[in-house]
Amino acid sequence: MRYIEPHAHMVSRTTDDYRAMVAAGCEAVCEPAFWAGFDRGSAAAFHDYFRQLTEYEPRRAAQFGLKHFCWLCLNPKEAEDVKLAEEVLALIPQFLDRPTVLGIGEIGLNKNSRNELRVLEMHVDLAARHDQLILVHTPHLEDKRKGTRLTLDVLKADSRIRPERVIIDHVEEHTVRMVLDRGHWAGMTLYPVSKCTPARAIDILDVYGSERLWLNSACDWGESVPLVVVHTALEMRRRGWSQEAIERVIYDNPREFLSQSPKFCLREERKDTTEVRRLKCGPGPGF
Amino acid sequence: MTRQQVLDLYFLDARCKLIEVAAFLDRLDRAEGEADFRLPAFRDALRVLSSDRPDRALQALMAFSDPTTEPVPKAPGKGAVGAWQETQP
Ligand SMILES: [Zn+2]
Repeated sequence: MRYIEPHAHMVSRTTDDYRAMVAAGCEAVCEPAFWAGFDRGSAAAFHDYFRQLTEYEPRRAAQFGLKHFCWLCLNPKEAEDVKLAEEVLALIPQFLDRPTVLGIGEIGLNKNSRNELRVLEMHVDLAARHDQLILVHTPHLEDKRKGTRLTLDVLKADSRIRPERVIIDHVEEHTVRMVLDRGHWAGMTLYPVSKCTPARAIDILDVYGSERLWLNSACDWGESVPLVVVHTALEMRRRGWSQEAIERVIYDNPREFLSQSPKFCLREERKDTTEVRRLKCGPGPGF
Repeated sequence: MTRQQVLDLYFLDARCKLIEVAAFLDRLDRAEGEADFRLPAFRDALRVLSSDRPDRALQALMAFSDPTTEPVPKAPGKGAVGAWQETQP
């Protein structure tokens, strides 16, 4: 079944994962900038990483016929060092015009510290000045609820930010309502041990409805499951969801949010056996 | 879904997880030394499970969550441990 993987760290995954995702129906993958598992030593290391995300990884995905997009930032786990953050943020504008860059992300908080908050505000300002979409990471485990609240307050305090152009990711039962109530989109991350399981994510959809919600794997170098979005779709089917209702969550919703960037484009579905329609980019009429 | 369908789909899985939790608590009891702040948080969450409120998952998450509202002066490392400790180091 066709789907979009809106949050995956493919630099940490193998080509086998690309092949399996495409075989399962993935039509586009979006990769937010994140932590490497160790602190990068300098702004130059981020420059190289941004080149990897904007030059190399789209080519690797294209080998499997998969569209690859990315988001750029300094991730919250390295945001305690404000000087480094300033240097990295100064690098980002030169990449924003690249054809696969969708916006600023995944920004946010990790341990809810003052410096992290300062760097979050700097990223929000950068996104506002360059009219970019925003993808927000929310903290893990015991820090999530507080960090989500603090993040929402930063976004609300900046009058240039339009809530519908911001996705707050990794929501769970105790944070989803406050995110949706502020008019943002919310992402549910299906990740073993922490974040959501497929069953709980479907529960959240049952309770809150399918509007402004998407599913993602956030697969990375940790224990994670690149195909978990389609696994969840199978579970939705077992729970009696129609194909149309499933597709809304795993395909239409991410497409609607991401199409707010004119750069987001998908290969149109093969309409018959003889013709593959031309690529169609951006929101376009009738979407 | 009907209750019957939910039971058909999830009962064995939930039963398995419940017994894992029971065995975890037994294992803690058999072990030596002091527990830390994570165990009281876990017991608070367990109390939520036996209530009849409709938002037990949300309330269990709240039992582990930092209830404060001000940013901390400095990040105490990078990781999260799963439960909030009132006197953070
Ligand atoms: Zn991520």
